[in-house]
Amino acid sequence: MKKLSQLEIGRQSMITHVEDSELKPKLLEMGFVVGQHVAVLFKAPMGDPIAVEVGAYVLSMRREEANLIQISE
Amino acid sequence: MRKVALFGNPNTGKSSIFNRLTGLNQKVGNFPGVTVDKQTGVVQLADEKIELIDFPGTYSVYPRSMDEKVVYDVINNPNHRDFPTQSIVVVDATNLERNLLLFTQLYDLGLSCILALNMTDVAHRKGIVVDEAALQNHFPLATIIRCNARIGAGMAELRAALSDIPREKQSGTPLLAHDDAQGQIKDTTERYQRIKQICSVVVTLPEKVPTFSTRIDKWLTHPIFGYAFFFFLLLLIFQSVFTLAAYPMDWIDSGFSSLSEWTSASLPDGLFTRLLSEGIIPGIGGVLVFIPQIALLFFLLGILEETGYMARVVFIMDKLMRPFGLNGKSVVPLISSAACAIPGIMSTRTIASQKERLTTILVAPLMSCSARIPVYTLLISLVIPNRSVLGVFNLQGLVLFGLYMLGLASALAVAWVIKKLLKSTELSVFLLELPEYKSPRWGNVFLEVYKKAKVFAFDAGKIIVAISILLWALASFGPGSSLEDAEKQIRTEMKSIPERELSEHIASAKLEASYMGYLGKAIEPVIQPLGYDWKIGISLLTSFAAREVFVGSLSTIYSVHQDGDITTPLIEKMRSETTANGKPVYTLASGLSLLVFYVFAMQCMATLAVVKRETKSWKWPMIQLGYMGAMAYLGALLTFNIFS
Repeated sequence: MKKLSQLEIGRQSMITHVEDSELKPKLLEMGFVVGQHVAVLFKAPMGDPIAVEVGAYVLSMRREEANLIQISE
Repeated sequence: MRKVALFGNPNTGKSSIFNRLTGLNQKVGNFPGVTVDKQTGVVQLADEKIELIDFPGTYSVYPRSMDEKVVYDVINNPNHRDFPTQSIVVVDATNLERNLLLFTQLYDLGLSCILALNMTDVAHRKGIVVDEAALQNHFPLATIIRCNARIGAGMAELRAALSDIPREKQSGTPLLAHDDAQGQIKDTTERYQRIKQICSVVVTLPEKVPTFSTRIDKWLTHPIFGYAFFFFLLLLIFQSVFTLAAYPMDWIDSGFSSLSEWTSASLPDGLFTRLLSEGIIPGIGGVLVFIPQIALLFFLLGILEETGYMARVVFIMDKLMRPFGLNGKSVVPLISSAACAIPGIMSTRTIASQKERLTTILVAPLMSCSARIPVYTLLISLVIPNRSVLGVFNLQGLVLFGLYMLGLASALAVAWVIKKLLKSTELSVFLLELPEYKSPRWGNVFLEVYKKAKVFAFDAGKIIVAISILLWALASFGPGSSLEDAEKQIRTEMKSIPERELSEHIASAKLEASYMGYLGKAIEPVIQPLGYDWKIGISLLTSFAAREVFVGSLSTIYSVHQDGDITTPLIEKMRSETTANGKPVYTLASGLSLLVFYVFAMQCMATLAVVKRETKSWKWPMIQLGYMGAMAYLGALLTFNIFS
């Protein structure tokens, strides 16, 4: 099971599942829905947070938040 | 006046539309029960005026932070006094998918909606085509207006749409409970499925979507270059607030002292003239003197926000600030507080999490500000020997540096303690949009500067003027005829000295005989363990107005003529000052103790007034006054005992 936090910089992937958590409603609202295209564009120094392209925009998120999102291999 | 609401996601140009429609006809008010400011403005239409309410930018009607809750509270309650007759929903044409979530929520609720399709220029440049007619088919009841707020395109059409008599609110699907997480998950998932279908018809994307400004970000978030650039910007901001603002501040300062002198010279002598020239005019001057710093800081921060760089600051600083319970956005307020805590605290507005924002506000005044410098330099030159250490460092300079570091370290330490103590009911979430870089819209920057200055002058200003008048009254009146008696006594005791010297002795005796003098003596037993006497006590009390007043008060008490910024006569006088049993008052121990006291103590009524304004209650400024006072007292007590 690959997580968004493990995605290499520059590679495209697709969301397969969003884990249940307190953050889930918020993540969905920000566009992290199953089937959405995602890519990691760049990372902050020390590798956290990361900049993620979700559909048509870019969002920065902490690694622990990206851990909740599963992506296709 | 009819109420119209302005909704939209963050970074969609919502505030540009608000500014375009209302211009300078804006005011800041309150939503009942929440700390978020209510930005309203009047829009002049062809034959009526309407009130436009700019709601906080949100991605959904369901609140994820306290600030966002106001949107939910208003639209979920048709009897709410801010319930709109019409709503403008700003939608970013370059990202219709995510923006339609909020729009469909509001539309389905049955609100009369105008869809302002903004940023059409950027969409056009990127080759994104939005089929308006197809969009209209999906939302037959909405009025769709294409606009580009950056250049003002579409504003006339928006006004025309606002002039249309709004239809009655349709019965729509009611909102879910704000805490119904499972219901919201289901609803959002279904909405996105529907929106994806709509977008597949309405939006045509180019073959290859041009990539995001990643290349600039490779540099600006680079482990070395990124921090170096940010550090350079911070230095620039700090320098401007610190140095550049000093010129207009001096003009305001000298302007108001001239005005005060002129008033007392030209009006008939009496209580009213004194109140005006010694209480009210200096009080107002004491408010206006902060405006240059506030204006400069918000001008620079406005540029950082507008260009999109601020989001990168948060991005690279988040990991470093997280252990202290602070946000990447706390960095700029804290550094600005090293010049002055007032604009620093006012700039915490952009921190979305209430807890992180409150923490930043509570610790910001611990950063050593420019008003502490006169106190630091006076006391350092008084008790610290001017000699070099290890051949390169100057001991006085090292102590000054140490005081700044003590301020910074204690700010971070207190933030960490607050993180442990303060329980938050808010969702802890970081998720922050990284907008593309763009040139600042100067109209927005200047309006922000204007609004901040206005809010400070009117909201915090009232409190500052009131406290200045109180402090003036305490120092200018005494019980019974104590002041007149003190003056008579000096005149009889010191007959043969020159008039100027005599007037200084009289001023000193009067201050001692005033209520402030009595208070200073009353607190002597409390401050004696710190190594202070009642004269220092008076100066501590009067410097609650502003820290630098400490120096002026000491000059008055020791009847030293103050000539500009030259403190040499005062230092000599203080050196020779002895206690009843002949020991010097100002020793290394008592001097360091005072320095530590000034690092920690909340000796600034203007900051308290601003904290009250920003947190919307007296609770937090009082907690701040208390905890900083306790730290100052204990810190000074410890220092005095170590060094004596």
